[in-house]
Amino acid sequence: MIRYLQGRLLALVLVLALMSVIVFSFVHLIPGDPVVAILGTEVDQATQQSLRHAMGLDRPLLAQYGLWVGGALRGNLGESVRTHQPVAAILGQKLPVTLQLTAAAMVVGLCIALPAGVLAAVRRNSAVDLGAMGLALGGVSIPSFWLGVMLILLFSLHWRLFPAIGYVPVARDPADALRHMVLPALTLGLGLAGALTRMVRSDVLEELGREYVRTARAKGLRFARVIARHILRNALLPTLTVLGVQVSVLLGGAVITEQIFAWPGVGQLIVQAVQSRDYPVLQGGILIVAVLAAVVQLLVDLAYAVMNPRIRFG
Amino acid sequence: MKRRRARFLRHRLGMAGGVVVAVMLLAAAGAPLWRTQDPLAMQMSQSLQPPTPQHWFGTDEFGRDVWSRVVYGARLSITVGLASMLLATAAGVPLGAAAGYAGGTFDALAMRCMDAILAFPGLLLAIGLVAALGLGTGSGIIAIGVVYVPVFARVTRGAVLVRRQEEYVEAARALGQTDLAILRRHVLPNCLAPVLVQATLGFASAIVIDAGLSFLGAGTPPPAPDWGTMLNEARQFMVSAPHVAVFPGLAISLAVLGFNLLGDGLRDALDPRL
Repeated sequence: MIRYLQGRLLALVLVLALMSVIVFSFVHLIPGDPVVAILGTEVDQATQQSLRHAMGLDRPLLAQYGLWVGGALRGNLGESVRTHQPVAAILGQKLPVTLQLTAAAMVVGLCIALPAGVLAAVRRNSAVDLGAMGLALGGVSIPSFWLGVMLILLFSLHWRLFPAIGYVPVARDPADALRHMVLPALTLGLGLAGALTRMVRSDVLEELGREYVRTARAKGLRFARVIARHILRNALLPTLTVLGVQVSVLLGGAVITEQIFAWPGVGQLIVQAVQSRDYPVLQGGILIVAVLAAVVQLLVDLAYAVMNPRIRFG
Repeated sequence: MKRRRARFLRHRLGMAGGVVVAVMLLAAAGAPLWRTQDPLAMQMSQSLQPPTPQHWFGTDEFGRDVWSRVVYGARLSITVGLASMLLATAAGVPLGAAAGYAGGTFDALAMRCMDAILAFPGLLLAIGLVAALGLGTGSGIIAIGVVYVPVFARVTRGAVLVRRQEEYVEAARALGQTDLAILRRHVLPNCLAPVLVQATLGFASAIVIDAGLSFLGAGTPPPAPDWGTMLNEARQFMVSAPHVAVFPGLAISLAVLGFNLLGDGLRDALDPRL
């Protein structure tokens, strides 16, 4: 297990280093002079030179990378070229909003996928199975930006059940925060539910055919208890690995969901940074979300290893 | 080959996906035939009209015919999907094949680079690349292609690792064929099935990422009839004209569903082990 942990940590460090090179290169992929791309051609040479120096663009490429990655390791991601605020401070304000949305979407996804997947497997080839699989297929095929717009159309504008846009911090008014959270969480979570339902169904189906299930039933255990105590425990292990990948999908999807529902998270910040050509904010935003996705993936893999004796004692 | 074709023809969902994709390809190829109006022609007096016999899907805020724009949008989506998948295949397949066949340090290095790209949420990496390369359809194609290079590299590497142990490869090596010739003549042709499946499934994701980029204002700029841009513009008129948001979204969902079903069907028919 320790050797497995060492190997995974080493691979993560290498991947994080390569990710930093990719994010760093965004500024250098800009055709022409990045400073002109940011400021336009109408500013004077002195202003251009000042920004070039502030972004370190007047140094050799390797020195620029060293400076940027060294700063990032110390929590310094540079300054916004528009507001002149430190990027790390802006991200510190925005990240909790994105994490809240991602966590809420995960709860929605799991609350739908677990019962739907188990029911579809237990009632294989029935109307329930067909319905669950239809929903799952819809969940993975309907893009979140259309789903979000349709949910606003129905639940906000037509039935007036939930607010269409806006974010309320939980600390200010928990009930109102929850009302504002329902539609964004559904928008992001239904896609996850679609992907997980298919996975849970196939894993439960595989476990249903095993001998220990027959033994448990032969001992007189109720079927619901067999599912809860035996089948789910084994079936959820492969699902856990998919969940790690899905966290990355959720963090990416949050960009669009935040934009639809006007949530002031990292996603909205990144889109604004693209529009205003604020490259330090863009780089910082993408780097923090990507690092978060990679670390969560590692944690999920480790949880899988801890729960799976074949890796734990391997 | 015959057995695979029969297996696919028996796959009902895969066939349904194939029909949807065929309809979409027909819509894209024959867009000038199916359109009822010029997709760019504005008629302000006709703005935000509901569906009528004259305008099957109604009109948008500039009085443009939504049906014609949706049909032309298929052309744009197919182009982006095809070009980005070709780009990803052209880079990913040789890289994965070389890594799988050569092994050792090159394999380890190449795969860690692929892991780094894969670790990014796809849409986020595409946004970063488009922001750097400049907003527009061409940048979107390159960005989506880059996002998908590791997927093809990994799939090809996995397939090559299996094939290079086969006896016919050993025989070719014993006959004195070069590594490049063995890869080209014997190994790669046998790895096409998983690549084809991945390209079909990737096509669906490419359509979603492209529409997502346009929805965020980072893809194909207006007034081009792009599904994502149409949906983004329609948000302002959701109360008075919901149909303007419904039809482009339906088109995206249907296209994605079609490619996903076709990909699943091809996977089951061509490579049941996957």
